[in-house]
Amino acid sequence: MKLIKTALRKITLGVATSLLLMGTAQAESVLRVNMHSDLKIVDPIWTTAYMSRNYGYMVYDTLFSIDTSGTVQPQMVDTHTISEDGLTYDFTLREGLMFHDDQPVTSADVIASLKRWGAKDAMGQKMMTFVSEMSATGDNSFQIKLNEPTGLVLQALGKPSSNVPFIMPERIAATDPGEQITEYIGSGPFVFLEDEWKPGDKAEFAKFEGYVPRDEPGDGLAGGKVVNVDKVVWQVIRDQQTKMNALSKGEIDVIESPAHDLLPLMEEDENIQLVDLNPFGNQYTFRFNQLHPPFDNAKVRQALLYAFDQEEFLYAAIGDEKYFKLCKAMFICDTPIETEIGFEDKLQGNIEKAKELLKEAGYDGTPVLLMHPTDLAVLEPLPPVAKSIMEKIGMKVDMQAMDWQTLVGRRNKQETPAEGGWNAFITSWNSVDNASPLTTPFLNAACDKALFGWPCDEEIQSLRDEFSREPDSAAQLAIIEKIQQRVSEAPTHVHLGQWYQPHAMSVKVSGAPVSPVPVFWGYSKAE
Amino acid sequence: MWPYLIRRILAVIPVLLVVSIIVFLMLRLTPGDPASNIAGDAATTEDIAKLRVQLGLEEPLPVQFAIYIKNLLRGDFGESFYYKRSVISMIGDSVEPTLSLALFTIVIACVIAVPFGTLAAFKQGSWLDRIVMGFSVVGFSVPVFVIGYVLIYIFSVKLDWFPVQGYQNLSEGIAGWAYRLILPSLALSVIFIALIARMTRTSVLEVLNEDYIRTAKAKGLSQTRVLLKHALRNAAVPIVTVIGIAIAILMSGVVVTESVFVIPGLGSLTLDAIQGRDYPTVQALIILFSVVYVMINLFIDLLYTLLDPRIRY
Repeated sequence: MKLIKTALRKITLGVATSLLLMGTAQAESVLRVNMHSDLKIVDPIWTTAYMSRNYGYMVYDTLFSIDTSGTVQPQMVDTHTISEDGLTYDFTLREGLMFHDDQPVTSADVIASLKRWGAKDAMGQKMMTFVSEMSATGDNSFQIKLNEPTGLVLQALGKPSSNVPFIMPERIAATDPGEQITEYIGSGPFVFLEDEWKPGDKAEFAKFEGYVPRDEPGDGLAGGKVVNVDKVVWQVIRDQQTKMNALSKGEIDVIESPAHDLLPLMEEDENIQLVDLNPFGNQYTFRFNQLHPPFDNAKVRQALLYAFDQEEFLYAAIGDEKYFKLCKAMFICDTPIETEIGFEDKLQGNIEKAKELLKEAGYDGTPVLLMHPTDLAVLEPLPPVAKSIMEKIGMKVDMQAMDWQTLVGRRNKQETPAEGGWNAFITSWNSVDNASPLTTPFLNAACDKALFGWPCDEEIQSLRDEFSREPDSAAQLAIIEKIQQRVSEAPTHVHLGQWYQPHAMSVKVSGAPVSPVPVFWGYSKAE
Repeated sequence: MWPYLIRRILAVIPVLLVVSIIVFLMLRLTPGDPASNIAGDAATTEDIAKLRVQLGLEEPLPVQFAIYIKNLLRGDFGESFYYKRSVISMIGDSVEPTLSLALFTIVIACVIAVPFGTLAAFKQGSWLDRIVMGFSVVGFSVPVFVIGYVLIYIFSVKLDWFPVQGYQNLSEGIAGWAYRLILPSLALSVIFIALIARMTRTSVLEVLNEDYIRTAKAKGLSQTRVLLKHALRNAAVPIVTVIGIAIAILMSGVVVTESVFVIPGLGSLTLDAIQGRDYPTVQALIILFSVVYVMINLFIDLLYTLLDPRIRY
């Protein structure tokens, strides 16, 4: 009996101590966030995975960033000048930029980082074709010389999504772009706590006390990155219901991607607020494999442009009109380059016209192998809609269910569908990826060098090239119109509309920056 | 006994070899490509091909297998494709949560199921027997995630007695560790309570009809003594077998419970590794689970000799 009493006393004491410790942890101001996935790879140049990009924005800083209007603004750069002939760019870094190991950021670090990024990233590779030399002109100033003028340099340096040109210390940036880095030092607003990183469980970031934010107020990814919490913890929670309960009870503060079917419940919860931080949202896309029939025929692909109705897809996947937008602009609505040219009469379910085109194309009943990922709620409802529409216009569809990872493996196979290849699938992109002809991954029509689907279209490639050389924005818009016109005749993919993913947050949280990428400066948490 | 023990331990070697071959082939022959996953959505076919070479996936299967077995014999389970960490250290981090959950669950299950199963047998046909059998049916029928959600709703959301999710390491305090394990263990134990209670009832019922029980009663022994010393002990072999199987199931990771209650254990690690086609991690986990199964079976076989002196090896 005495033993039991002693044990009970110890347990009570333990609980009390734990509660006290919990109190201390809260006093430290910790923002607990459930991201859309687990952090797996901590090299944002080596992979294009969104989680690695998000990690990059915590740990690293960028020379330029886009604001909420999509305009490129200086970030690490203090001043920059462009020579009259447009061939020489001079940059000076801001004072006080420090890496997490207390070493100053120098132009040598910048040049090494740009070289690694330029060897890996598609837009970086494009930019490097214009670069004749990158050199340091001082400890904190550097110069980029071009072999011909282009409007690409600042756009590329301010590229918001994968791969982002993050600046690393020279010794780390010297790592072969094909190898993963092994040291996690940046000059960004947060320090990655490597010892606290537990794969599958959590990743922790502490506020970097040595970070000097810009003076301007934060605006998207641009402006001052002011950190108001001591620590950010990315906590892995797989179960959607558990995420919601944990948020409601204050055990976590933010859910990056709450399930759309739980949003109505969250709206009614007085402890939760829904905030849409990404003004550009996401874009659904239907991808053709052009290596094999029937999508090797442009008319068959065009038939689907006529047959598909964005509304049907968006209602099936998202449901609530609040969270989607019909948008015929290939390069995203609400941007300076928004235009419907080429798609005015398409994407609205014109079945008769689609049938006509199929007939002209001589479609012989070749079945379409449509991959259907059944484990991703935001994608799962879409292939059945596509199948139904394709069958309405007289196509045969073999829709095969699989998990997303199987699809990801299979989409890289160039074999015929019968030999393990594929004809089509539907995916979703963060809209900023598709907001320019140079960054839109599916628009790359460089045959074998293009992304899976491997479109091969010289006209599109030459228009993209022309776009990259054109510094004038009005002239750029004219090129975009030509690109859309061409894609509407020989589609590389079909854009199925935009959708929005609000963050779910505790009502105690405020100051979250509006940005196409989830970032965690600006956040404040009331106790 | 010792020759038997050595024989059984040596028998693990061919088992592990067969398991290694099967898991190696299954991973390579099932669809999915780790390189495509790692490279990300915007990676080109060329990038992915380079990565496949780096990961050793472009080597012919026999070569990959030879490298795998060679490393295995040296005790090197390799590095995770994703995290670039030793697979053994990742498994090491995940063992404690799973072991803790298994321990709590099995203790709860045994403490509840064995007495109630015994009493149900002793009072066969009574209201207690019906309740125990009814609970067993429900326990088998209701999925664990439903029980988990219901417990969370009542005890976390409504009553605020327990946290919704999360695990605390034992090193951070025994009270917090135990506190966070109560709800997941309760949810998970329901099915095992049902299983063990039913098995206990059946075994004890069989024993209760034996002559020696009648003799014990005739000698004037108390009901408790008859039940505990004569009935339960003789009925223990099948009960222990079921408990052993339950421990093996629990140790090989309880994916749904770990997912609902956010416990970073072996179940979550296995799920992630399979989804990401992280071959080294899946291979090491399956081999670990095989060892656990074999060892638990061996332990149970040895336990039989203590419970039933007639059993000798």
